[in-house]
Amino acid sequence: MAALSNADWAAVWLTFKLASVTTVILLIVGTPIAWWLARTRSRWKGVVGAVVALPLVLPPTVLGFYLLVAMGPYGPVGQFTQWLGIGLLPFTFPGLVVGSVFYSLPFVVQPVQNAFEAVGERMLEVAATLRANPWDTFFTVVLPLAKPGFITAAILGFAHTVGEFGVVLMIGGNIPEKTRVVSVAIYDHVEALEYAEAHVLAGGMLLFSFVVLLALYSRKGASVWK
Amino acid sequence: MQGIRRLLVATLVILVASLSAPAALAGSLTIVAAADVKFAMDEIVAAFREAHPDDRIRVIYGSSGKFHTQIQQGAPFDLYFSADIAFPRGLEEKGLSAGPTRPYAVGRIVLWSNVRDATQMTLQDLADPTIRKIAIANPRHAPYGMRAEEALRSVGLWDPLQGKIVQGENIAQTAQFVQTGNAEVGIIALALALNPTLAEAGGYHLIDDSLHEPLEQGFIITQRAANNPLAAAFADFMDGPAAREIMIRYGFILPGEAAQ
Repeated sequence: MAALSNADWAAVWLTFKLASVTTVILLIVGTPIAWWLARTRSRWKGVVGAVVALPLVLPPTVLGFYLLVAMGPYGPVGQFTQWLGIGLLPFTFPGLVVGSVFYSLPFVVQPVQNAFEAVGERMLEVAATLRANPWDTFFTVVLPLAKPGFITAAILGFAHTVGEFGVVLMIGGNIPEKTRVVSVAIYDHVEALEYAEAHVLAGGMLLFSFVVLLALYSRKGASVWK
Repeated sequence: MQGIRRLLVATLVILVASLSAPAALAGSLTIVAAADVKFAMDEIVAAFREAHPDDRIRVIYGSSGKFHTQIQQGAPFDLYFSADIAFPRGLEEKGLSAGPTRPYAVGRIVLWSNVRDATQMTLQDLADPTIRKIAIANPRHAPYGMRAEEALRSVGLWDPLQGKIVQGENIAQTAQFVQTGNAEVGIIALALALNPTLAEAGGYHLIDDSLHEPLEQGFIITQRAANNPLAAAFADFMDGPAAREIMIRYGFILPGEAAQ
C-alpha cells in the first residue's frame, strides 16, 4: 500500500477544511431559510423552495460556469469584491467556499426544514400561551426538537461538499493547499497515470463516504429524507 | 398500469436501438485531439466532411493525458492527436496503435492577455506584482503546461511565481481563465492565440522556444481502427495541402518544414 504524499495530505486537509467551513456557514444561513420555508404561507414558498433545490438537479458545470463569470472582474460579484478591496474570488479558498455553499445548500436546508415542519403548529401555540416569546420558543422548544434534523443536515452538507468536483474544477485552478481538493487530486493522478496514488485517495473517499452514510442511516429513529 | 408498461417498452426500445446504432452503412470516425489544435482541427474536419458527406465524423477535444489514459482503458477512439508525441509513442509501444506514430506539427507557447498589451511583454514581466494570477495548463499531464513550466524554470521564475500560478485542466481552459478575466496573463498555445475570437480580444508574445523542450505533436490510428478505411483516409488528408495550409495558418510548424 502506497503512502500518501505530502501534496495528497494537503489535499485531504484542504477538503476537510472546506467541508467544515461550508457546513458551519450553511447551518447559519440555511436555518432561517428552512424556518421560513417550514412556516410561511406566502405564495413565494414554492419559488424559494425550488431555488434552494436547484443544485440537486443542476449539473455542477452550470454552477461552475456562472460562478466563474459572476466572480470574475467583469461580473457583478467580482465588481463587488473588488470594491470591497478583497480582490477576486476564483482560484481562492473563499471562492471555493462560496461555490460549495450554493452546491450543498439543499442538503442542509431540506432536512432542517423537514425537522421544523415536524415540530408542528401546536407546540408553538402551547409555548406562546406559556408566555414564551418567539425567540424563546425557537431556542428552547424548536431547536431541541429539531436536533436530529440538524445532525442529518450537517452530515449531508459535509459529505456532499467532500464529494464536490465539477464546480471546483471550474473555479479552483488546481492550486496546491488552496484549491486542490481530494476529488481533483484523484483526477490529476489518473490523468498522469499514477494509479497507485489514485487508488489510495479513491479508496479513502469510498471508505469515508460509506462510514458517513452508515452512521447516518443507523441512527435510531432518524429518517434521512422525510 | 398501461402507462408504466408503455414507459418500460419505450425504455427498452431506446436501449436496444442505442446498442445496435453503429451498424449503419456509412462509415464512422471518432477523433480525439488535444485542445490546442481545436480551431485548426475544426476547419480540417469541416474540409474532410465535404469530401465524405455520408460518413459520421465526431471530434472530441481535451487534454492529451486524459485521452492517453482513456485509450489504454479501451475507449472507442479511432484517431488520437496528442499535443505531445511521447503519449502516442507510449501507446504504440503497448501495441495500441495500428501503425507508427506520425508527427504532424510542432507547437509554440505564447504569453497571452486581453487586459494588458502582451505583445510588449516578456516572461520577466510576470514577476510584476500587479499581475496577480497567471494561468498555465496542468504541467503534470498537459504538454503545454509542461513546456510552460520548463520555460519559467529556464528563466528562474518558476519558484518565485508559485503563489500566482493557476492551472487549467487543458490548454483551452487555461485560455478561458484569462478570457473571463480571472487571470491577467496566460501561457497558452500559439494556435489558440491566433484563433479569431482570442486574436480580437488580446495580443500575444511568442516565448523563445530555446527555453523549453520542443512541443512535438504526434498522432496515431488506434488499434481498434486498424481496419477503418475512414481513419486511414483522414490520416492521409492531414498530409494534404488543404490541411497543411490550415495548420500553418494556426502557427504550427509542420513536419518537413524548417523552423522559422
